[in-house]
Amino acid sequence: MSTPLVEVAGLSIGFRRPSGTTVPAVHDVSLQLMPGERLGIVGESGCGKSTLTLALLGYIRGNGIRMQGTVRRQGVDLFTLNESELQQVRGAEIALVPQNAGQALAPHLTVGAQIADVLARHRDITGQHAQHQIVQLLRDMRFGDPDQIAVCYPHQLSGGQQQRIALAMALAGAPNVLVLDEPTTGLDVTTQAHLLLLLDEITRNTQMTTVVVSHDLGVIARTASRVIVMYAGEIVEDGLVSQVFANPRHPYTRGLIAALPRIDRPELPTAMAGQLGHDYTYQRCTFAPRCAFAQQICDTVPQLLVTEAMHRVRCHRWHEISNEVRPADVGTGIGRDEGSITMPVVLDIKNVAATYQRRRWQSWWRDDGVDVVRDVQIQLMAGQTCALVGESGSGKSTLARMITGLHPPRRGEIRLFDAPLHADVSRRSVAERRHVQLVFQNPDSSLNPRHTIAEILHRPQFVFFGRSRAESLAYSRDMLQNVRMDEAYLTRYPSQLSGGEKQRIAIARAFLAEPAVVVCDEVVSALDVSVQAAVLRLLVDMQQKSQTAYLFISHDLAVVRAVAQYVVVLYAGQVCEYGPAETVFSAPFHPYTALLLAAVLSIDTTPSADTLPQRIDVVDGAVHGCPFVARCPVAIAGVCETTPPPWQPAATGHALRCHHPRDVLGANQHPQV
Amino acid sequence: MVWYVVQRCIGALITLFIVAAVIFAATELLPGDVATALLGRDATPKRLAQVRAQLRLDRPVSERYWAWFGGFVQGDWGYSLARPNQAIIPLVSERLLNTLWLALIAASVGIPIAIMLGVIAGLYRDHVPDVVISVIALVGMSLPEFVIGSLLMLVFGVMWAILPAITIVPPNASFGQLLPSMILPACTLMIVMVAYILRMVRSSMIDVLQSEYVQMAYLKGMSRQLVIWRYAIPTALLPSINAIALTVAWLIGGVVVVETVFNFPGIGRLMTAAVGDRDLPLVQALGLVGAAFYIGVNLVADIATLWLTPRLRTQYW
Amino acid sequence: MKQLSFVSWLGIGLLVVHVVMALAAPWIAPYSPTAIDATQAMRPPSLLHWGGTDRYGRDIFSRVIYGGQIALVISLTSAAIAVVCGGLIGVYVAYIGGFIDNVIMRLIDALISIPSVLLLLVIVTAFGSGNGVIIAAMVVSYLPGVVRVVRATALEYVSRDFIQAARIRGEKTIHIVRDELWPNILDVVFVEFAMNASWIVLAVSGLSFLGFGVNPPTPDWGLMVNENRAMLLLAPWGILYPMGAVATLVIALNLVSDAIAKALGLDRSRGVPV
Repeated sequence: MSTPLVEVAGLSIGFRRPSGTTVPAVHDVSLQLMPGERLGIVGESGCGKSTLTLALLGYIRGNGIRMQGTVRRQGVDLFTLNESELQQVRGAEIALVPQNAGQALAPHLTVGAQIADVLARHRDITGQHAQHQIVQLLRDMRFGDPDQIAVCYPHQLSGGQQQRIALAMALAGAPNVLVLDEPTTGLDVTTQAHLLLLLDEITRNTQMTTVVVSHDLGVIARTASRVIVMYAGEIVEDGLVSQVFANPRHPYTRGLIAALPRIDRPELPTAMAGQLGHDYTYQRCTFAPRCAFAQQICDTVPQLLVTEAMHRVRCHRWHEISNEVRPADVGTGIGRDEGSITMPVVLDIKNVAATYQRRRWQSWWRDDGVDVVRDVQIQLMAGQTCALVGESGSGKSTLARMITGLHPPRRGEIRLFDAPLHADVSRRSVAERRHVQLVFQNPDSSLNPRHTIAEILHRPQFVFFGRSRAESLAYSRDMLQNVRMDEAYLTRYPSQLSGGEKQRIAIARAFLAEPAVVVCDEVVSALDVSVQAAVLRLLVDMQQKSQTAYLFISHDLAVVRAVAQYVVVLYAGQVCEYGPAETVFSAPFHPYTALLLAAVLSIDTTPSADTLPQRIDVVDGAVHGCPFVARCPVAIAGVCETTPPPWQPAATGHALRCHHPRDVLGANQHPQV
Repeated sequence: MVWYVVQRCIGALITLFIVAAVIFAATELLPGDVATALLGRDATPKRLAQVRAQLRLDRPVSERYWAWFGGFVQGDWGYSLARPNQAIIPLVSERLLNTLWLALIAASVGIPIAIMLGVIAGLYRDHVPDVVISVIALVGMSLPEFVIGSLLMLVFGVMWAILPAITIVPPNASFGQLLPSMILPACTLMIVMVAYILRMVRSSMIDVLQSEYVQMAYLKGMSRQLVIWRYAIPTALLPSINAIALTVAWLIGGVVVVETVFNFPGIGRLMTAAVGDRDLPLVQALGLVGAAFYIGVNLVADIATLWLTPRLRTQYW
Repeated sequence: MKQLSFVSWLGIGLLVVHVVMALAAPWIAPYSPTAIDATQAMRPPSLLHWGGTDRYGRDIFSRVIYGGQIALVISLTSAAIAVVCGGLIGVYVAYIGGFIDNVIMRLIDALISIPSVLLLLVIVTAFGSGNGVIIAAMVVSYLPGVVRVVRATALEYVSRDFIQAARIRGEKTIHIVRDELWPNILDVVFVEFAMNASWIVLAVSGLSFLGFGVNPPTPDWGLMVNENRAMLLLAPWGILYPMGAVATLVIALNLVSDAIAKALGLDRSRGVPV
């Protein structure tokens, strides 16, 4: 066996609080990175994976300190190197692709200049030579016009493009080890799929050693051969991806995998108990407080135990529990009953269109804004969930704003209980406002940081039912119980709550209005996997009790699969496919739906690359014809660009908007479902 | 870009127009009218009527406003009341020139010093250089201009007597004659200016040093010098442009006290004199000149920021 | 909430000393601030006259202590009025936006661009130099800056989802401004208060120095410097004591506003008193 490229031994890193105490972020981590290895590090927010990643470059952020251990490269501890020696390592031996490329690229330099700095620093390439090299690097990143891109400033590029620039910048130093910190977080699913494909190509060709850090098990499955699972700053499981994902040994890994919604399983994922807080100590098993299998022995410190070749787990009881089946391992079995047409229609969205008007002085010479929503028609039925799927810019949020009366439709109308709903929220009656509630994506922003939970829950009750503070308290307590929170939370402020708890409060606030419709705008996308499952479960339970209609806006098809009876696929403001979930998730597919499904990352299937079109740089232009034509792999030349595609309904309630006949679409496509 | 500049200029003109209206309205609201103020104890009904007619005070307000503003735009600023037969334009421009020299010296020396100190303080945050610089800044902001001026005068003008303590040359003296007298007032203005600017530069330097792109520059192996000079300082100075403009604009008011301390014949002394004499046309003119200076400096800063920020430049191109 | 540093405590301590001295002036000051004693004119500091005397034989130390009353009353009152009124206007226009926002901000821009010294001079000359007039003049001069800062901060909150949530609930503007936005702006308002108070102390003393402030023989610090400036060399105590008093009060206010800003995680270094 060859010697490791990087060897971490007993590394502990802590962050110093202003109060003087040191909070550990990484605890006693040891790992070896072999040449050519593709390592994945997975864990939820706060598990220390980012701190560990930066430590691989000999870097500790802000007020962090290395408490113990070493990070050795060729036998030399990076933390003993002086500044200029470290500079020789960073970018040249070990290069980082940062978490958020948009923030990590300097706003005042062209991307070409930023790549040139690396070339000059680590490879002594300057001048004309460097220009060639930059263009070549950008071409490798599949930029269609590398010369143009090189002189762009970061803000002129899309998120996916910025991420590819960051990748090019890391590769410019010709490193031995490439470290990617959350490389696709924040990108649209199809962009993410493209980027992972590109990464795969580059690293496989060069046999490059890579470390990919992600919260997303699917990303790890696609990019790594070996995976390390982190919890509370420790490695809890370490093994080959095939072993760990197929046969997880640690209760945390088991829970994490069970909490993952699956595109191929129309049922709710299993929530994990508790959350990663600060209540653990390294005197005992850190996961024990949340562990369903915990026993007395778990009060002692577990070591990483070898279970089989290449597979280690930090659990006293891994062997005993390997045959113990928990609901976690078989799924909840809470499937979504298929939608029934017999339920009454609560909210009827009829042919709405919306535009964002440009400021008037601009419209003098520029044409008016393009419709962001065009001709959308959706019916929400009591007790049913209709999912609205689309990527950023598809008009999902505008639709939510129209329903809640914050943005007036340019055309069409929205009817509640078969009566027209006024376009402007300030003109709606109390009952109308009460019946339409919205839960926001980001709970940090949707709760007033200066109000207590009691105040936050009181306000809708006052507005809609005229309850006094004292009267509202009993209802608030009941509702907290419904969202499975303790009433002690009433006196707290949002900043004292975790993300999942805040989202529960936001849901509680919506349901205190006793609404007929709740619009859920990406409600789980800001949450960790284990918390996400619990919130999804809560939403479904609340719906079953109250028969509320949901409009569930999401970009995540696997989540949609878990909760929705109906699915609407939106592209560039237009519905391209609609129908009961079962019909949308099976052929025939609209080419865009097929693309979305192909881009879904799963931990147990390896999607084939061929379903993704090779065009990475996408320009949406055709307003007259099909908006998807530029990205469509099966576009019919001369037709799709010019003629709007026809709406093709079927008896099953399923419909799609495409020039290809239904049966052709059904025959040609086989997304991995 | 051109459109943006034009738009900003139009905005500036609108603001100036409003300023004119505000100034005019304010002087209208003053108790008693100009004539009574002017004549004081000499006011007899006959004299009052005479002066009112002379000043067109018997006309309606709107008509007088348009006459005044129109005249102002066309370069007819009228005559001073307290200084008979003295046209306002030459009076103001002569003093304004002196003050502008003062401001120019203070700004051209002070701004580079402030930027340098601010950058150093930001780089050595919470260490000795930062503490020393921050204390200096705090003292500079906390001492009234007359205190700084008096102390400088006491030390350099009286104790060591190497510079003139007060100005004794006439207002229309040449630049060379005025220069020695300008040093102490300019230093006073500079100290206050440096204090404010360096604090702003320091804080934006600290922000930028904590940014992800500076961290990333370190992580791609750039040397410390390169990171600071190429990645940190250019972006840290951008937000300072507007701050510098504000401080430069502050000069026009700051000179009032400083010029009084040093008896310097600039626009600030003229302001106190005009207000003291209740010379309304002159006060109005000085108000407009001051506002125009402020608006102009900010306009330049806006356009400079736009030009130097790639995100804004490309957006409005 | 971060721990307060030594400098912050120093600022708070200095401010407390100033406030206590001003409140207890009648008991601390050994002489009446306006009592003239020709036999004791121009005496240097001694046990009898801790701060020496001026050319009328008035006790400098007593005058400095009484001068603190004026400085504190005027600065704190006018800063409070400017900050509360300016804050409310700022939050309100930030929330409603549109035409009214445009009009008010144009007006604010215009007011800001008039040099505040000139504004102060004109108001004081027109209406006399009573404390009320000076306070009003300070409010007029410093309120526009507060409006601008508070509006900018409020705009960050206006786009937050909790404001959207309130609008969807159908809340009235008054509720959104007062109960949803205002509590979030309070941090900035506190910092603005301390900052404006320090500028106002400077402005008041500057105005008196120019001879436009409070009327003699009121023991105002700026006025004392103005009166005793002519005897700079013969009786330097006449100006050094009041200068020290202004400087320590402004330093105290600056340190306190820095401390508040730091504790609340705000950046207050961007303000300039135009």
